[in-house]
Amino acid sequence: MTTTETGRPPHTDTVTARTPPLLRRAAGVSELWTFLILAALVVFFTLAAPGKFFTAYDLTQIAVNAAIYLVLGVGMTYVVITAGIDLSIGSVLVLAAVAAGEWNIHHGGAGAGWGTVAVCVVIALVVGAAWGALQGAVVATEKVPPLIVTLGGLGAALGIAELATGGQDPADTAANNLQNTLGYGKLLGIPWLVILAAAVTLVFGLVLGTTRFGTHTFAIGSNPAASRRAGIRVGAHLVKVYALMGLLAGLGAVMWLASYGTTSIAGHSTDNLKVITAVVLGGTSLFGGRGSVLGTVIGVFIPAVLSTGLIVIGVQQYWQDVAVGVVLVAAVYIDQMRRRTRERS
Amino acid sequence: MAEPLLEARGVVKRFGHVHALQGADFAAYAGEVVALIGDNGAGKSTLVGVLSGVLAPDEGAILLDGAPVRFAGPQDARRAGVETVYQDLSLAQDLDAPANLYLGRELVRKGVLGRLGVLDRPAMRRDAVRAFAELGVTLKDPTVPVAALSGGQRQSVAVARAVAFANRVVFLDEPTAALGVVQRARVLETVRRVADRGIGVVLISHNMPEVLSVADRVEVLRLGRRVASLRAADTTIEELVGAMTGSLDRGDAADAATLVAAPETPLERPQQEPEPQPSEEEA
Repeated sequence: MTTTETGRPPHTDTVTARTPPLLRRAAGVSELWTFLILAALVVFFTLAAPGKFFTAYDLTQIAVNAAIYLVLGVGMTYVVITAGIDLSIGSVLVLAAVAAGEWNIHHGGAGAGWGTVAVCVVIALVVGAAWGALQGAVVATEKVPPLIVTLGGLGAALGIAELATGGQDPADTAANNLQNTLGYGKLLGIPWLVILAAAVTLVFGLVLGTTRFGTHTFAIGSNPAASRRAGIRVGAHLVKVYALMGLLAGLGAVMWLASYGTTSIAGHSTDNLKVITAVVLGGTSLFGGRGSVLGTVIGVFIPAVLSTGLIVIGVQQYWQDVAVGVVLVAAVYIDQMRRRTRERS
Repeated sequence: MAEPLLEARGVVKRFGHVHALQGADFAAYAGEVVALIGDNGAGKSTLVGVLSGVLAPDEGAILLDGAPVRFAGPQDARRAGVETVYQDLSLAQDLDAPANLYLGRELVRKGVLGRLGVLDRPAMRRDAVRAFAELGVTLKDPTVPVAALSGGQRQSVAVARAVAFANRVVFLDEPTAALGVVQRARVLETVRRVADRGIGVVLISHNMPEVLSVADRVEVLRLGRRVASLRAADTTIEELVGAMTGSLDRGDAADAATLVAAPETPLERPQQEPEPQPSEEEA
């Protein structure tokens, strides 16, 4: 469909867009600053511990640690761009892992065949997506803020997982077939976990940046009323975005089971904070409307590089939490300032 | 006169106990600028909401080209060629001008990519630049977020969006309220030009001199009813204010609906300067 007017004079020549200088353009991109911080960290640790940091082993370790957070972060980027938030991801991951794990226990345990593995993967994805869609449907009513919807979801999902297991991590939740391939396997020296995370990031980064779905995500975060008037089905879109977040939490559950072989019911209570931190560090605005998957990638790697780097140079790694906390607050402060100056103009 | 493009007949709209519209009539004709005026609470916004598909009327009929229609939502009205420029502009501030122009009806690439919803940004940008040029607006960089534009440019984006897609009627809700002198003149010029293309333009405004200078006809709402429909060339500010405030009121809605030419002298002159101050030039 194009414009309805056909008799327009083509005066595009007089109004061709002037492209601003590359540097000024780049400086306006919020990812650049975060990337510079990441680069500075890498340079610092490389100089501080020559030959120790930035080895292939470290890189692989950092990437594997980051893989699950990256997958969750991609989903969270969408949610935060709609001016929402999802606190429930850790619990949803656990719930999906428990659901898949229970199936595995009763269908072959550690020695389960490929059929069981496939069913487990589907169960984890469906449980995650369904939980996310449910939360999205409540958010879409606009009666309860996302913070509260997903805070309730956090408690409820974890509670159901604990009811199903009695609160103990059951044995035999992951098949050896899954662990030996996705968990420890490599392709050309790159762990499958990392390849999977990279693929997810690439696909959903492109969807956000180049498609109608992505544009509507930004529009809803920017101005929900205008989006509605423009014919965007805001409620349905929010359900999809939260379902996507849940789906990726389900994928995170599969990756976790493959990597660690256990459901770790008690081990995911701070996933939400870590992931939201990464998303915000990456320049995505908590107030909605702005952000990128590329920024989230950088945001995920900053804490990962910090903790590995601090260990390598022999500083207590707990300093990482202090540093990330400070940087996080600074990032939101800068975002607010930018927003103010922009609105004043 | 020819058949109206868009017409409201006896529209009633209640919000709880508030009767916002009590049998309101309205007509917009092709190629004509009609101003819709009325005091605060007269029902202008409600009437525009009903005619643009945002609100569903409780009673009465909406006629499009003489045939009754029922808009299920603003998209429905837009599909019928009825566009609205809202007072708050209704722009997604974080998106660029082309994305705002095509909000909700994005252009996608051809083939498989289009099936996947991949946008045709170059085409959107090209059309957007052309649409703005028609309004005499040059965007230095069409890829910056709308939030980074000046108030006047933002206004132009909203107007351009409506004008680019409207082929029947455009509603403009206080389109010049936030603008400086030069931009205001430009918007009014645009209003005229749009009407000359055969589109019905409905201008909601508080600014009486502006109304008289640009409109062909003025319809006056009072207490949820049309109380007058006047030819702009034959009327005065005093007369308009008289109709708005009720000193000219005929009392009878059916009678008022047929009132086309107003009586020569209002019964009572308003005591004070009726015209609201034009807003200051935006920073």
